[in-house]
Amino acid sequence: MARILLLITTIFAISLLAAGDANFEASKRELNIPAIIMFFIFVAGTLAITYWAARRTKSASDFYTAGGGISGFQNGMAIAGDYMSAASFLGISGLVYLSGYDGLIYAVGFLVGWPVILFLMAEKLRNLGKFTFADIAAYRLGQKEIRTLAAFGSLSVVTLYLIAQMVGSGKLIQVLFGLEYEYAVILVGVMMIVYVTFGGMLATTWVQIIKAILLLSGVSFMGFMVLMHFGFSFEALATKAVETHTKGQAIMAPGGFISDPISAISLGMALMLGTAGLPHVLMRFFTVGNAKEARKSVVYATGFIGYFYLVIAVIGLGAIVFLNSPEGAKYFVDGKLFGGNNMAAIHLSHVVGGNVFLGFISAVAFATILAVVSGLTLAGASAISHDIYASVINKNATEEQEIRISKIAVIVIGIVGVLLGIAFEQQNIAFMVGLAFAIAASANFPILFLSIYWSKLTTRGAVIGGSLGLLTAVILVIIGPIVWVQILGNAEALFPYKHPALFSVTVAFVAIWFFSITDKSQRAKDERIAFEAQNVRAETGFGAEGAVSH
Amino acid sequence: MNEELVNKIKANPKYQELVSKRTSFALKLGIFVLVMFYAYILTIAFNPSIMGMKTGDGVMTIGFPIGAAIIIISFFTTLIYVKRANGEFEDLTNAIKEDVKDEL
Repeated sequence: MARILLLITTIFAISLLAAGDANFEASKRELNIPAIIMFFIFVAGTLAITYWAARRTKSASDFYTAGGGISGFQNGMAIAGDYMSAASFLGISGLVYLSGYDGLIYAVGFLVGWPVILFLMAEKLRNLGKFTFADIAAYRLGQKEIRTLAAFGSLSVVTLYLIAQMVGSGKLIQVLFGLEYEYAVILVGVMMIVYVTFGGMLATTWVQIIKAILLLSGVSFMGFMVLMHFGFSFEALATKAVETHTKGQAIMAPGGFISDPISAISLGMALMLGTAGLPHVLMRFFTVGNAKEARKSVVYATGFIGYFYLVIAVIGLGAIVFLNSPEGAKYFVDGKLFGGNNMAAIHLSHVVGGNVFLGFISAVAFATILAVVSGLTLAGASAISHDIYASVINKNATEEQEIRISKIAVIVIGIVGVLLGIAFEQQNIAFMVGLAFAIAASANFPILFLSIYWSKLTTRGAVIGGSLGLLTAVILVIIGPIVWVQILGNAEALFPYKHPALFSVTVAFVAIWFFSITDKSQRAKDERIAFEAQNVRAETGFGAEGAVSH
Repeated sequence: MNEELVNKIKANPKYQELVSKRTSFALKLGIFVLVMFYAYILTIAFNPSIMGMKTGDGVMTIGFPIGAAIIIISFFTTLIYVKRANGEFEDLTNAIKEDVKDEL
């Protein structure tokens, strides 16, 4: 095991340096030595954690939920870590840099989902579930159908989210190491596969916690430096940003990014409901020992994430001021920000903290990507191994077989993520995350919500409604402005809105309702009767303790 | 959980108290957050210029403090919920458990 990890590290080191050499001349940046040192320290540290975790990961419960031994505070940190992804950090700061206030709308929407999850779902999820969110939906409904559908929902979300992270990582390493985009994406894919296949949820969680601490420290320092320059007056910072930005006062109000009422409502819905349907975040409710810890973890997570987004707004405005100054000119190539607008925070870190801090933030941003893609991949892999393989294909599967399938799935998802990451190189990553949220909100959330709250829900209703929600979201995205026009090159979009959630969530809810109430089968009757027992367990958690082995 | 036990728990007044108190509490807080968020989003949707109104002579608009306030209020509502859930509701759950522990 140790030898394998050592071998992999060596291969990385060699490929990294070799590739760096090959592209050094083509790159416009000096090789960033402090960043590379920080990067290797982080990689060594996380591989050590993975090695430690691998020795403790034996059962399926260890692999999916770290054996349920994570504390509320740790889990809150890890949830915050899953949330403060590269797409959030680089994407939202980039959005604020580009269009000011619009970035804050995303931040508010991403955060506000949390209280709602906590009030309506967190404990019920915790009380009913075991490893994945399909456990909950399949509690009294048809295992086979629900799990297959839930796995598709999970995989769609995971894939889109993964693309966003991969694109972020590629851009980042391009700027940081002067490495080709493709090499960067492959590097991330391989590292992630190593973390997840060997260390499972335990390694993934600890990598996430460490990264969350580093990221919070890093953005705090940046926010502090930016505000210090303005005597800790946000007003003074905003005034300077308005003077500097070409759009002037317009950056202080909602603007071009959210251009019409339907888009705004649709985006708001996707952000809020989508949070409750993110498979990699839902999985984290099962890593803690009991409902009390699960609740605590949401408070910590909301606190960290809220703080993070507030600081991001400062950083975005800071980037407007500092990068659009004469000294900031060196960060531009042909009038465009080097590495794209998503790199605004990275360049700002160089302005406020020099080479060493740039190295730190770059390494942290890279760590962020690794940690989040690891969590995502684990969620995707458990959808395949736990929900499809062990619950549908081979019901007599042993734990060893299930874990083996998980590991194969991790490798496949890793490869798919790399290929799609390369294909979607030019997309804004905050937008890609928005899409993932739309699907989570339209396919996962309605089934999850109704299975907890609505006694009349039947398998037929859930399967037809959930599928229609998923299909609607995917089709509307494909025929919408981003894919149909920007990627496929057609002149006009068939569906005029970038954000489909308003329509697809409605389709899902209406269809689930209609196909449930019209279901007169015996099975539907049994499922409605079974709601009582499910509800008692969801309220009290009795019988749920056995789900986690200690 | 068998049917008999389910009925026994459901008949327990503490269970009814737990469910009705927690449901109404969670619902109130949930509606509060939803109304707050959708009021914000709908304002942006139908009249974005409101968020662009200046608060004084400077560049500052009311959109920024409102956005920040929603983030901060969201945190405090989760805190309020968890304080009560981990105290009062947890105690009730444990009391119910005590009542039915032989059958669990």
